[in-house]
Amino acid sequence: MLAEKSISELHNLLKKKEIRPCEIVEDIFKRIEQVENKVKAYITLTHELALKQAEEAEKKILSGEITILTGIPLAIKDNICTVGIKTTCASKILADFIPPYDATVIKWLKEAGAIIIGKTNMDEFAMGSSTENSAMHLTYNPWDLERVPGGSSGGSAAAVAADECIGALGSDTGGSIRQPASFCGVVGLKPTYGLVSRFGLVAFASSLDQIGPLAKNVTDAAILLSIIAGHDEYDSTSAPIEKKDYTKDIKKEIKGFRLGVIKEAMEVGGLDTSVKEVFEKSIKVLSELGTEIKEVSLPHLEYAVAVYYIIAPAEASSNLARYDGVKYGFREKSAKNLFEMYCETRAQGFGAEVKRRIMLGTYALSAGYYEAYYKKASQVRTLIKKDFEKAFEKCDFLLMPVAPTPAFKIGEKINDPLQMYLSDIFTIPINLAGLAAISVPAGFSNEGLPIGLQIIGPHFSENRLLQTAYQFEKAISLKRKPPL
Amino acid sequence: MKISKAEVEHVARLARLKFNEKELAMFTEQLNQILFYMEKLNELNTKNVEPTYHALALNNVFREDEVKSSLSTEKVLNNAPQADKDMFVVPRVI
Repeated sequence: MLAEKSISELHNLLKKKEIRPCEIVEDIFKRIEQVENKVKAYITLTHELALKQAEEAEKKILSGEITILTGIPLAIKDNICTVGIKTTCASKILADFIPPYDATVIKWLKEAGAIIIGKTNMDEFAMGSSTENSAMHLTYNPWDLERVPGGSSGGSAAAVAADECIGALGSDTGGSIRQPASFCGVVGLKPTYGLVSRFGLVAFASSLDQIGPLAKNVTDAAILLSIIAGHDEYDSTSAPIEKKDYTKDIKKEIKGFRLGVIKEAMEVGGLDTSVKEVFEKSIKVLSELGTEIKEVSLPHLEYAVAVYYIIAPAEASSNLARYDGVKYGFREKSAKNLFEMYCETRAQGFGAEVKRRIMLGTYALSAGYYEAYYKKASQVRTLIKKDFEKAFEKCDFLLMPVAPTPAFKIGEKINDPLQMYLSDIFTIPINLAGLAAISVPAGFSNEGLPIGLQIIGPHFSENRLLQTAYQFEKAISLKRKPPL
Repeated sequence: MKISKAEVEHVARLARLKFNEKELAMFTEQLNQILFYMEKLNELNTKNVEPTYHALALNNVFREDEVKSSLSTEKVLNNAPQADKDMFVVPRVI
């Protein structure tokens, strides 16, 4: 089955002209037909368009213009703008929104000859950790259909895990690529803030948002990063960094790398024993590769959730002010005047979690509370950032679990927002400090649920971060597939 | 209580949201729970700590003021709930 294969495997077959791009597309859609009614990873499928893109890719291949992504079918999180294809953010307010332009990452994927299979489900506006906040439907974890796929990029992670695409893009504001990657047993990379253009990514929290790949293995993640990373003049926060091939050094040894185990991570309440066991085994595997394991401290780790859930909602409350029923999206037509139209449109267009965060953010920024909440949180953000700077003086990379537990049951946390927020403890600090981090499959719980290892690197350390992840993946050598 | 029902209503108005009684009660309870948790930050003395608003130092990005092509009015208005000629149409303001 072609759908099971990785980007590099398919690329080799395409290059030798043993297969055609349309065969991969048809094989993916066959797979989708088999499993999508169980997994429900997608909001929109673009079968016809994908076949058209496959034809284009074939022309390129025949004329000798093949690049590493030519003819490779990918899934795109539904908060990344795709011209002519609905981009809903899994929200009622954008349910019929058809972007008039492509996000920069989409433009570059298309130029590389990649094929878009569809748009994946997510928590509404990327706010959530389980994809249960989608206004469209639930997504089910391919490893256990009674469990969540994680979130907010749950659809992208589930689609990769279920072989309903070859690779995918997600976005990560507080863990939204890494946590679903861990829950679904795939690789998920959150690049350094500014490495990947956010132009055309529907904004949630602009100082934290970052687009990144979800893939079947580390090499594929590196391939995707090589295409989507690089400076973009349309995003003023885009770093002035040239495009490069992130697979080039991936196979080099990591002997002598100094890896820091974050002491406080093991003291976090509610840490599942299987997560702890997989984490300890991962450290052992890495040390056997000749790395130097050290213990480091992040004294302010325990404050990260409080900081994040002030800063992210504050930024969101401002970013989401644009959904006013005027320029695009849903409008409640019965309202008699403009003010009422705004309120009715937003009351009906947004789901509960989005409203909760807009409320939190508006409150934290409102007169009289700004200093106590937003400013205070931004000061503690400095302390967290400094903790990392200090840790990176002694270490090349840091290690933490991705989430305190494996995938939880559907419905388990959805009625307790604070409990859901607390499950983001290991991923949030990375976004607050703008660092690079990757989730790599590291093992399984007793119930057979995948568990990832999080490797964290300094700003713009992706090259060596992927190298570390690759060597770990090779050494741990997991072969299980979801029982679909 | 960190935030009263009346304050929740006030904040909702600022955010251009609207709640029914049931939602108002739920959001008041949940926001109180969350804001109570935020108290945790007061354990830390941040008197002389500079706030971080961006993870990486940002500089102003300057470029030449050149005219380039952009989206057409027609394309932009395609997504508008209501439009007339080259304008967005909204309900009465006053």
